[in-house]
Amino acid sequence: MALGREFDPRERLSLGQKLADVNWLLVLLLCLVAGVGFAMLYSAGNGSYSPWASRQMLRFGLGLVLLLGVAVVDIRFWYRHAYVLYAVALLLLVAVEVAGVVGMGARRWVDLGLFQLQPSELMKVALILALARYFHGLAHEDIGRLPLLLVPAAMTLVPVALVVRQPDLGTALLISMSALGLFFLAGVRWWKFALGLAGVVGAVPLAWQYLLHEYQRQRVLIFLNPENDPLGAGYHAIQSKIALGSGGLFGKGFLQGTQSHLNFLPERQTDFIFTMLAEEFGLVGCLVLLGLYLAILAYGLAIALRARSQFARLLAAGVTLTFFLYLFINIAMVTGLLPVVGVPLPLVSYGGTAMLTLLIGFGLVISCYVHRDVAMGLRPDFDG
Amino acid sequence: MDRDADRRRSFTRRAALLGAGQLSLFGALIGRMYYLQVEEADQYQILAEENRINLRLLAPPRGRILDRFGAEVAHNRRNFRVLLTPEQTDDPNQTMARLAAIVNLPDEEIVRVLREMRRQRPFISVTVAENLTWEEFAGVNVRLPELAGVHTDVGQVRHYPFGDRLSHIVGYVAAVSEQELTGEPLLELPNFRIGKVGVEKVLETKLRGRAGSSRVEVNAYGRIIRELRRQEGEPGHDAVLTVDSELQGWLMGRLGEESAAAVVLDVHTGEVLAMTSTPSYDPGAFNRGLSAKAWRALTEHPRKPLVNKATAGQYPPGSVFKMLVALAAMDAGIAGPGHRVFCNGKMRLGNHTFHCWRDKYGGHGWLEMQDAIEQSCDVYFYDLAKRVGVDRISDMAQRFGLGQVPPVELTGARAGLVPTRAWKLAITGKPWQQGETLITGIGQGYILTTPLQLAVMTARLANGGFAVEPRIVRSVLGEAAAPVASPPSLGLSAAALKLVRDGMDGVVNGKRGTARKAALDGEIRMAGKTGTAQVRRITKAERAKGGKLAEDTPWEERDHALFVAYAPADAPRYAAALVIEHGGSGASAALVSKEIMTEVLRRDPQRRAALGRLAGRLGPGQAG
Repeated sequence: MALGREFDPRERLSLGQKLADVNWLLVLLLCLVAGVGFAMLYSAGNGSYSPWASRQMLRFGLGLVLLLGVAVVDIRFWYRHAYVLYAVALLLLVAVEVAGVVGMGARRWVDLGLFQLQPSELMKVALILALARYFHGLAHEDIGRLPLLLVPAAMTLVPVALVVRQPDLGTALLISMSALGLFFLAGVRWWKFALGLAGVVGAVPLAWQYLLHEYQRQRVLIFLNPENDPLGAGYHAIQSKIALGSGGLFGKGFLQGTQSHLNFLPERQTDFIFTMLAEEFGLVGCLVLLGLYLAILAYGLAIALRARSQFARLLAAGVTLTFFLYLFINIAMVTGLLPVVGVPLPLVSYGGTAMLTLLIGFGLVISCYVHRDVAMGLRPDFDG
Repeated sequence: MDRDADRRRSFTRRAALLGAGQLSLFGALIGRMYYLQVEEADQYQILAEENRINLRLLAPPRGRILDRFGAEVAHNRRNFRVLLTPEQTDDPNQTMARLAAIVNLPDEEIVRVLREMRRQRPFISVTVAENLTWEEFAGVNVRLPELAGVHTDVGQVRHYPFGDRLSHIVGYVAAVSEQELTGEPLLELPNFRIGKVGVEKVLETKLRGRAGSSRVEVNAYGRIIRELRRQEGEPGHDAVLTVDSELQGWLMGRLGEESAAAVVLDVHTGEVLAMTSTPSYDPGAFNRGLSAKAWRALTEHPRKPLVNKATAGQYPPGSVFKMLVALAAMDAGIAGPGHRVFCNGKMRLGNHTFHCWRDKYGGHGWLEMQDAIEQSCDVYFYDLAKRVGVDRISDMAQRFGLGQVPPVELTGARAGLVPTRAWKLAITGKPWQQGETLITGIGQGYILTTPLQLAVMTARLANGGFAVEPRIVRSVLGEAAAPVASPPSLGLSAAALKLVRDGMDGVVNGKRGTARKAALDGEIRMAGKTGTAQVRRITKAERAKGGKLAEDTPWEERDHALFVAYAPADAPRYAAALVIEHGGSGASAALVSKEIMTEVLRRDPQRRAALGRLAGRLGPGQAG
């Protein structure tokens, strides 16, 4: 599509131009959220950079470099290699199934020698890339054709099934919801969602019976009634609510959270880090973090709306949606609105792969911004 | 590009919708947080505090028990301990090896400590050694810097300096049993000890004191982070006994391995100066924890060391009871001092013959009441009992404290038994037989008494007929002492009491007294009465052979030897009762009683001089 190239003055940007065009305000917002995370990890370490805060800072630094690297790579490169990346992520997921490292009762990691990788995290971004590319190639009217939807449905369901088997219900849920969001944004008809919803509702009893592990069923039951088992499985939910509620409006003060520092709060450096923030900084602290998140989401959405190709739009909106799902599920979980599922608080919880995945994701979002005026044809060969 | 415009419009619409959805979910989150952190904040703050704060009880030091002169008979000794906290040592084996060089640690103890360390949570200390000597304790403290994870502390452990000599009075403390839990939190402390027997049990609430408390901040694993507030408890009150621990110790030594019980009372106050039961046991063993083997040895011992025979041993009083029969007769106006009976050695009732102990010598001949007591004539008292009837005798016995649990501050005291017609009918369904009245007249048959009751009886005879009650706790320090009411009179005529006392004087000091050999040396006279309680009926064949010889009879079948005494005879101050199980005759108990009373008087500074030679011979070195 030579025509597209003519209309695109930014097709060959220098690195300097691209860096100048990076949405630095978004990067700053990401840094601020990560900064909140560092402070909370410092507190979780009982006022010490080790063992969590320092390592998290290192990872964030690395992730930031990665983010910029991803951002300056031409959006068309990501378009071309979307399926390849998806295939790699899928292979890694299968590798987990075959030769994964068992940790905390689940098989989620592959050992790459240098570090342990959680392929289900990578799959989140890879799937968004693949779906964005697929829907990019589909004309608006083609969206209505059911057979054409079978391919993206399979692209979603295969990794989801693999992740459920690990078992990692939280991530599986997250991946399928992001995918669902993309289907929606791509223009799949309303009635198909209604049908899908009906199907899901119908499948719940079956899934309960055959798909869910005993501990997963337990978690749902405990969510429905945590006080039944206050010292056993309901302990997390109750202690989290106590910590949150006792924080009050202004909190107990930095490093002063009794629930967190006296170990009543489990997993305070990972899934329950928001509870710790709530305990030490109260409602005000929570609102500040939510405000930062909201700003990031708004930026992401604005970039999606501004993009000139469906691929970039779907990519930016998809990453933003995943980000939202992360934070919503995590916060809803620690406040007792959702059952306890292992979903970290994005950019704040301690954890390497999740943070890198998100930063790569935002790298792609920024790449969409930097290359916002790049027009792409419907077929993959637009750039020769 | 038109196609893309369609897609773009659709995307924009749907993205806006999705954004709005996200915004409303944000609203839900904020609403939820407002609810938890503002509306319900108070409730969760309370819950968080409850999580965080633990109330720890501080055990108060237990009150001491002192004898009448202030000597400690039960106190708390410092217990030097060495503890090891697993998480503070990298190499427990090496630490233990270093400790073993300072403190005596058998290999099996080291194995036990290492096993316990693996089982416990790493921050909970394991006790390595207890009851160290001061030298060992100081040695460990000096080398603490090179002993990682080791720390020392000083606990308290109950100690009984007199060992088995006062155990039947003081009792002992031991770990709280399931049944003893009352809901008082102090009792649930590990290592808490409460009184199980004796004064330790009776005065438990006063000795225990009040628990202090310490509010501590704990983490989810129960580890103490810091102390927030501390409230000291109140130590237990000290208790003072009426007992003279040195006299007690002397008495225990004198009775030795006999299965015997002796009680010494002040006749005016009822204060127990000494009360022994032999053999005894070591009260500290119960505190430390007794092995099953040691427990069996104590419970299966034929001479029953765990039983306080002075309060729980029930014996027929034998002839010691005759004073009360005489008093019952005089009090009822049935027979006066001049009542005469001829003793030919036996008395027939129906077709049964009742013998006098002097039967083989042909009886006592004519006797008046005082002679009958002095010579302990059985026939005289058969006759008297028959005239008076068992119910009047029993009434008199009750007035002297028999047949009821004495109100002494001890556990396990028994009531004995004073039979009446109604009692026999109720228990056996058979009417009372006159022959049973006869043998009750000489203190045999159904009647049972404890040595303490006999001492109280003797005190009431000696003090002019006043109903003193025995006391073993003089006071509880820090408490207002209850005013001691002067004991009520038993309402007996002075003449009758004088006759009985003269009779008892004669038993020891008269020409024909049954305990002539027990007369004290020196100016002070002791009065008393012998008693011999049959364990088994004497058979006709034995009587035909002229009585049985002690040497021929197995120990368990020999008679119990009893003696009650008071001194000085003319101005009584001390009463004593002695029972030697299977000890032969009352005369042999009288000889031991002589030594007891001599020692009691020797310890009374006002009377030491009057004791003469014997007191001089027994130096203070033998006192205790």
